[in-house]
Amino acid sequence: MAKQAKLFDSKRPKSKDISWCPGCGNFGIRNELMDVLEEMQYTPKDIAVISGIGQAGKIPHYLNANGFHTLHGRSLPIATATKAVNPSLEVIAVGGDGDMFAEGGNHLLHAIKRNPNITVIVHNNQVYGLTKGQGSPTSMTGMKTTTQPWGVYDEPMNSIAMLISQGCSFVARAFVGHKDETKEIIKNAILHKGFSYVEIFQPCVTFNKINTYMWYKNNTYFLHEHDVTDKEQAMIKAFEKDPYPLGIFYINKEKPCFDNHLPPYKTNNTPLYKRQPNFDKIREKLNYRSF
Amino acid sequence: MATFNVVLGGAAGQGVNTTEEMLTKVLKQSGFHIFATKEYMSRVRGGINTTTIRISSEPLRSYSETIDILVPFTSGVINWCRERISESTVILGEENFRDEAGDDITFIPVNAEKMAKELGNKLFINTILSGLLCSLFKADKKILTKLVQTKFEDKGENLSQENSDAALEGYKEGEKICKEYNLAFDVDQDASVGETIVLNGAEAVSLGALNGGCNFVSFYPMSPATTVAVDLVNMAEEMEIIVEQFEDEIAAVNASIGAWFGGGRGFVTTSGGGFALMCEGMSLAGMAEIPLVIHLAQRPGPATGLPTRTAQGDLNLALYAGHGDFPRILFAPSNISEAYSLTTQSFDLADKYQIPVIILTDEYLVDTYYNVDRPNVSEKINHHIVEMDKKYKRYVLSESGISPRGVPGYGDGILIANGNEHDEYGDTTEEAGLTVAMQDKRMKKLDILKKETLQPRFCGNENYDVLLISWGSTFDTVKNIVERYNHKKLAMLHFSQIYPLADISAYLKRAETVIAVEQNMTGQFAELIQKELCFKIDKRILKYDGRQISEEFLEKELSEKGVL
Ligand SMILES: Cc1ncc(C[n+]2csc(CCOP(=O)(O)OP(=O)(O)O)c2C)c(N)n1
Ligand code: SF4
Ligand SMILES: [Mg+2]
Repeated sequence: MAKQAKLFDSKRPKSKDISWCPGCGNFGIRNELMDVLEEMQYTPKDIAVISGIGQAGKIPHYLNANGFHTLHGRSLPIATATKAVNPSLEVIAVGGDGDMFAEGGNHLLHAIKRNPNITVIVHNNQVYGLTKGQGSPTSMTGMKTTTQPWGVYDEPMNSIAMLISQGCSFVARAFVGHKDETKEIIKNAILHKGFSYVEIFQPCVTFNKINTYMWYKNNTYFLHEHDVTDKEQAMIKAFEKDPYPLGIFYINKEKPCFDNHLPPYKTNNTPLYKRQPNFDKIREKLNYRSF
Repeated sequence: MATFNVVLGGAAGQGVNTTEEMLTKVLKQSGFHIFATKEYMSRVRGGINTTTIRISSEPLRSYSETIDILVPFTSGVINWCRERISESTVILGEENFRDEAGDDITFIPVNAEKMAKELGNKLFINTILSGLLCSLFKADKKILTKLVQTKFEDKGENLSQENSDAALEGYKEGEKICKEYNLAFDVDQDASVGETIVLNGAEAVSLGALNGGCNFVSFYPMSPATTVAVDLVNMAEEMEIIVEQFEDEIAAVNASIGAWFGGGRGFVTTSGGGFALMCEGMSLAGMAEIPLVIHLAQRPGPATGLPTRTAQGDLNLALYAGHGDFPRILFAPSNISEAYSLTTQSFDLADKYQIPVIILTDEYLVDTYYNVDRPNVSEKINHHIVEMDKKYKRYVLSESGISPRGVPGYGDGILIANGNEHDEYGDTTEEAGLTVAMQDKRMKKLDILKKETLQPRFCGNENYDVLLISWGSTFDTVKNIVERYNHKKLAMLHFSQIYPLADISAYLKRAETVIAVEQNMTGQFAELIQKELCFKIDKRILKYDGRQISEEFLEKELSEKGVL
């Protein structure tokens, strides 16, 4: 059967030469994302994928959608602002574990609080891929890396617990190996109004010999009969490991959303690039300053 | 031209500002030209802050340290101002400050505290003093009472009336003092003052930004740049713009980049330390060719430096911020009118050339206010963007270096912006040829910018021997001195655009002596001139104590250099 061309598959010249290692978990995430967007009936012009730097961050080059490959750690403020000035766009921020938890940690913390209506996908391979195998904030204790040759001495960061504790309005974890479930989670994240956080376990076949496809398969399970509105339960689940729970941990639909408080859209939703300033008001402001 | 300097000094929280506000408003409405600048300590309570108010019959915007009338609100003020006090200074203060004044100074006791108590409220003191000072200049009594009443309107009718009475008592007291001590401060009124408006530098920058179409403001608080954010946030609802305090300056600058990417017009306001954190963002804007407008209000560094004082020490930082090579524009408004117009212009230039534009002001300019002609309001802004079709490429290797910029959602095409080196589509490349072609393309824009750069302003003697080179907020002060000493064959060239630098070689060669006048330790602008124009300026007048260059300082320095 001939493979149907995917709408979000890029045909730009450089997109054909995908620089990820064969077998890398990033391929799966890209496929799942392309499928979800098409199934949700988006067109490429509706989407803006804003990525940081890292292997995960390369994704805009392999998608047929608006993209911005930014700086290490800085995708969230950029994505927040892009959505704020252009509200009809569906904005998806993408980055690795180093990108989001280390270099961009402060932005993640504040994106939770600000709660802009964007989705963030963290490709968590528990290692620095692009820079060739240094430990990341989520590397497992004992893991030997190029820069922790004696093994990581400290405990990995519990991002899910951190997000729930700070009241992130949508918190989920997936494993790229479970295609349908991951797609479902991404879909729900996009539909959620507020800051939707999806962390995807993504094997790095080159630099992470511990957290392999098999390891993730054996060390994860899907949450069932879990009430996503119960923060306390979600928190308890967040601390579970071996096996790690997957699925949607927590949703808070009541959390005030950044985008709902923006003055330009009190009366209409026109994106800002189609507007002119209110010059009469400026004149009024100047008159007011006649002392 | 008659001009007098009134200095009010007190501890933070003592109401000096209230007196200042009432006084300047009444004087302005009475038809006097007013100018006010403050110097204050980085503390919320206590310390000593002073405001210098210049009252004149013609527009006067230079900074003078001379004190004609000093009003201390607390002990210590007289000593703090000691170097600025001369035989002609009159101190108007409570009896208990007399000792601090000493014997050689004209000290006139004012019992404002006692008067306030007698009128029934200690808080009337500021209104009494306002009235008293107004009377010295024969300001309009009716304007005074009306203004005081409006000011206290929401405090209830009684309090409003009582304050107005207190102001009149103060006015009477002032008249009495003038008679008793034979004082006269005669300044002519000027009917044209009524047409003018009063702006401080921060307001000028804020309103200029709005006039430039700014609709997304991102910042992290830092003196002296915060005032601009506060001004803008207070207008946000009405102007339908977004103003957000971000978690740090890195977020602020990147958010601004995100706003421009999404089709907004972002604006960032910060000071040296914050700007230092934005360097990588500058570089991203340079590489991804995303417009950026940053207001950098300078204060003395390094590090936290002197948070509430002034400097011109961030020129090099702004000039070199960001790794790699990319074009940029640096403006340094010379005065309040330019703070407005250049900020407006920055948005158009940033958009048109897809580059960072930095507006360098400083604490002095931001905090100073005076009456100015009503600035122009634009008719329309040009969004320099294109509707994208399916074949759209973001970084077309164009002749001019400008690749038409799309916005996500505008048209049927898509765009890829990239901080990595890229091909015409925006996808990452490491090809040597393409790398060079893209770098050259971006840098070509600098050639256009050079042609369009603002020429410096020349003032003074056409047949000059001595040429002063200055930039930014010192303009009016340097100009004042140059005009005063025109007969000494003195002239100046003043820059409001720092980069790209106008070619002034011909001016420089005609001078016997060239002196750079700057508010930093090393002469950063002189160094830039040397680098760009191969002309070394040996003589420099540099002030780096956190205080603005004054007429007196400049006179002294020029005398010491044998110019005057
Ligand atoms: C400011 C800055 N510091 C460091 C780097 C180098 N760097 C690039 S990606 C990266 C870490 C990549 O790890 P991660 O974010 O987990 O992404 P992955 O490659 O694993 O997908 C680092 C340290 C950079 N590009 N910019
Ligand atoms: S290094 Fe790891 S994360 Fe990067 S492409 Fe290869 S397998 Fe994937
Ligand atoms: Mg990683």
